Amino acid sequence: MSVALTSRHRTLQAGVITTLSLLVCALFSAALANKTVQADEQTSAAEATDYASPLEILFSPDGARLYVLCQGTSEIRVLNASTYAVIKNIKVGAVPRGFSLAPDGARLFVTNSWDDTLSVIDTSKLEVIATWPVAAEPSSVVEDPSQKQLFVANRISSDIAVLDAQTGVEQKRLLAGRGASYLALSPDGTKLYATHVYPNPSPHRTAPESEITVIDVARAVVLDRIPLHGIAGVFHIAFSADGRLGAVADYHPKNLVPLAHLEHGGAFEDTLTVFGADVGKPFEVPLDELERYASQPFDIAISPDKARLYVTSGGSEIVTVIDVAHMLQSIRQHPGGLVQDLSASANYVITRIPVGLNPRGLALSRNGRTLLVANRLDDTISAIDTNTNRLSSSIKLAGPARISALRHGEQTFYSARQSFQAQIACANCHIDSTFDGLTWDLEPDGFGRDIVDNKLLEGVKDTQPYKWTGTNPNIPTECGPRTEKYFWRSEQWSDLTLADLTVYVRSLDPRPNRWKLPGYDLTPAQEQGKAIFDRAVDKFGKPIPEYNRCSYCHSGPKGTNQKIFDVGTRKSTDNTGRFKSAPLTAIALTAPYLHDGSAQTMEEIWTVYNPEDKHGRTNDLTKDELNNLIEYLRTR
Amino acid sequence: MKKSLRLAIPLCMALSVLATTAIAAQAVPAQPQLAPAPPSMPMYRFENFTTANGLPNNHVFCVLVDGDRIWAGTEDGLALYENHTWKTYNTRDGLAHRAVLSLALDKRTGDVWAGTMAGLSRISGGRIDSFTQLNSGLSNDVVYGVSVEGENVWVATAAGACKLNLRTSQWALYNERNTPMNEIWVYGVSATPTKVYYAVWGSGVLEYDQKTGRWDKYDDPDGENEMVLFKDQGLIHEIVTSVSYVDNILWAATYFGDSRYDGRYWHNFLTKDSGLPSNFTNTLKGVDATHAWFGTDKGLAYYDGVNWAVYRPSLKDGKPEMTVRNAAGNITAIPVTTAPAHNYVLGIDFQGDDIWVATAKGLSHGIRQPRNSTK
Repeated sequence: MSVALTSRHRTLQAGVITTLSLLVCALFSAALANKTVQADEQTSAAEATDYASPLEILFSPDGARLYVLCQGTSEIRVLNASTYAVIKNIKVGAVPRGFSLAPDGARLFVTNSWDDTLSVIDTSKLEVIATWPVAAEPSSVVEDPSQKQLFVANRISSDIAVLDAQTGVEQKRLLAGRGASYLALSPDGTKLYATHVYPNPSPHRTAPESEITVIDVARAVVLDRIPLHGIAGVFHIAFSADGRLGAVADYHPKNLVPLAHLEHGGAFEDTLTVFGADVGKPFEVPLDELERYASQPFDIAISPDKARLYVTSGGSEIVTVIDVAHMLQSIRQHPGGLVQDLSASANYVITRIPVGLNPRGLALSRNGRTLLVANRLDDTISAIDTNTNRLSSSIKLAGPARISALRHGEQTFYSARQSFQAQIACANCHIDSTFDGLTWDLEPDGFGRDIVDNKLLEGVKDTQPYKWTGTNPNIPTECGPRTEKYFWRSEQWSDLTLADLTVYVRSLDPRPNRWKLPGYDLTPAQEQGKAIFDRAVDKFGKPIPEYNRCSYCHSGPKGTNQKIFDVGTRKSTDNTGRFKSAPLTAIALTAPYLHDGSAQTMEEIWTVYNPEDKHGRTNDLTKDELNNLIEYLRTR
Repeated sequence: MKKSLRLAIPLCMALSVLATTAIAAQAVPAQPQLAPAPPSMPMYRFENFTTANGLPNNHVFCVLVDGDRIWAGTEDGLALYENHTWKTYNTRDGLAHRAVLSLALDKRTGDVWAGTMAGLSRISGGRIDSFTQLNSGLSNDVVYGVSVEGENVWVATAAGACKLNLRTSQWALYNERNTPMNEIWVYGVSATPTKVYYAVWGSGVLEYDQKTGRWDKYDDPDGENEMVLFKDQGLIHEIVTSVSYVDNILWAATYFGDSRYDGRYWHNFLTKDSGLPSNFTNTLKGVDATHAWFGTDKGLAYYDGVNWAVYRPSLKDGKPEMTVRNAAGNITAIPVTTAPAHNYVLGIDFQGDDIWVATAKGLSHGIRQPRNSTK
């Protein structure tokens, strides 16, 4: 998936496992294509070491070229749009996530999410002509119609940076939703719409709240925020050519009720939210149908004549084709909403087209006749004839011929096919292999019992035991019986699948920490915070027992001694008050906190939920000392 | 400031606000003889807003102009006047507290920052996020002052000052441990690219140099002596309520007179030798190096560097009143038909040539009138 993963790619020693992996992949792929085109002639499969992992795709303005953002190889592959022959592969920064063309098509802007840079590609020379530093985890970019400003969505800092389009110098940042990630201009270019992948903060155990941030392009200020109630995870945005219909792809989790079953969409609704003059107030449109789900909706395209709307679903490995007129009719007929209605989509879904593994980005040709789909986890591009709604070809991008255990594990992680009625995957709750910012009622032990905060997977390797209560001794147990039985309600997985999934989960290293100074020096505040973290004596000179020191329970490079403690955080709804000391990996990013997510911020861990000093000796600290402790924790 | 005094401060503040009516009713000092040729001073027609025409509460602590939009911080919510209509944000919308004490505009982003009795709120595109001493690094929940400069939000609270860096989300706290602040009851802040000034209740004016990162402090040379022994030799008093830094000039208000400092010389303003209607000054706002507005307990005052004008309901009969004082100390009454809603002025902001005034009994819009107008 990333440059960081490159060194971790490994193939299984046992030939039989490799063979089985290949078989799995082959079975996945066989259903896809009428014909397969080998796109990349420059690099033979034998030479390739990294999977391309195509995430996004664009046509050039004249329709002659395709630009494919390949996240796994950190490059933009430029293809002939007719023959799919490779024109050039352009190396960009680490783990690119989004790109867009300048209005005149002369420059291609690429956000590199792991090294916080923006690559500027001259589309005539097909060369990177500038690399600009930007903010934390840039995820998409759009240039304004006047070509004076660039807008960059930053996932970690949850804002939209406004840059000078000629120099890349940042002018300001606009507050967006948490995990700001995707941008789209209105067709008239006056407004910019932004979505975000993690829900905004909301009171504990209330429905998640998200938004579409609307920005006045000329003034570069936030104009409005369209509320998305109950939504957690909002992805691409698309508009009809007349600008009267907008749509975003989103997840509607059911995290407030016990995850006791998956029947009838028990865990998630996969939806679009449509808005604009055609709709009136924003309206959530279900994509699911009983036994036919559209897990992990991601990208949207609307045909030039506004007759059809296309949505990729990464987990279900399909493109859903919607009749827009029928969809609008359904909306008008159901002003009270449709989201719980699994029969509704039959009124406007024309078909669901199986494509490759983990389909993500879409590109529709200018005449609307060809729809291209970037299939991230099998390195293909599906070409769909929109007249027939059938695959016309599958373009294979160059990459390793063999499916490694790691790759197979990643495919398993993102595919919903393992779950009951193929509804959900690991990636539903671990968006882009991270977390979802939600608390869940997972166990079927009663309404509101044992609420748990969803945890980050990065750095989870070797931090066993797992679960907040530490009752799962290892990842295979956590991902195997627990996930199969309680989350997915599925049949037991094969040993191979579980082993490969474990390989993938163990491979997830922490992303770069943005709070650390270059060279890992600490700021004065961080230094003072570290002293508090490490201290063995309180401010009154009284020794702090070992078990009540930050540095004891949160010891080691990942910030956990992997032991179980009662730190006084048990709620009346908890069956136990004993929880594993949580790793501190990327803790700054993963609010809410504590086992049940009751602490909305790191401060609340101590200002609200540590009245008796059981969660470390902290009540002797002044406010600025507590601030310093938090500044240090952000570096973990 | 003594401990007992510190404990009494919130009570004093509440009493001072509630006592508005009584203060307004006090006897007017004897006025010098009126002069026949007053200097030309700006004239306004005041339109007043109260609960009768849309304000959520008549007690208005502060006002902020954002283009055509007017924000008013009241005792019962943050009110927004736009397109001739009032809309109120309150705790149900995410506001930290219903009583909004201070306001600041981030001119780059359009975000509004509101200091309340229980935290600091950011209003951005209709969304409100609130920061409190429990959920963030904010030093104290009672936020008397807020000012935005660049990527930093500077905050004055009842327990120290602080700064939120919007880029890093890091809070920096300033108090008696890391600044020359003797008391930590911080009442106002004015942040600019070069200097940041804090008005500290009982501890003078605190200055932060943005370039060097150093703190400095300006005190009353008379110390805590209520007598002015050394006029124009420093800050007029230690109990500073408001600061405004503009064109490299510091304007500072206290409950015992006001001051102007140009980096070399101080000038003090007292009722006895200026046109200031009262030494008890809640707020002030510099227009430039020589012009400033003062919000006192006895009316709104304007100073043009030489002359003074006072706008208020008459202290005698409550009728609209405007007086002009020239350099010689001659006072002329200018016929007017409107006045600010109340004499107890708590907030001031400008909208082009117009002025908006927050008072203890309503919000006033002073619409600039042509010369010789008697509106």
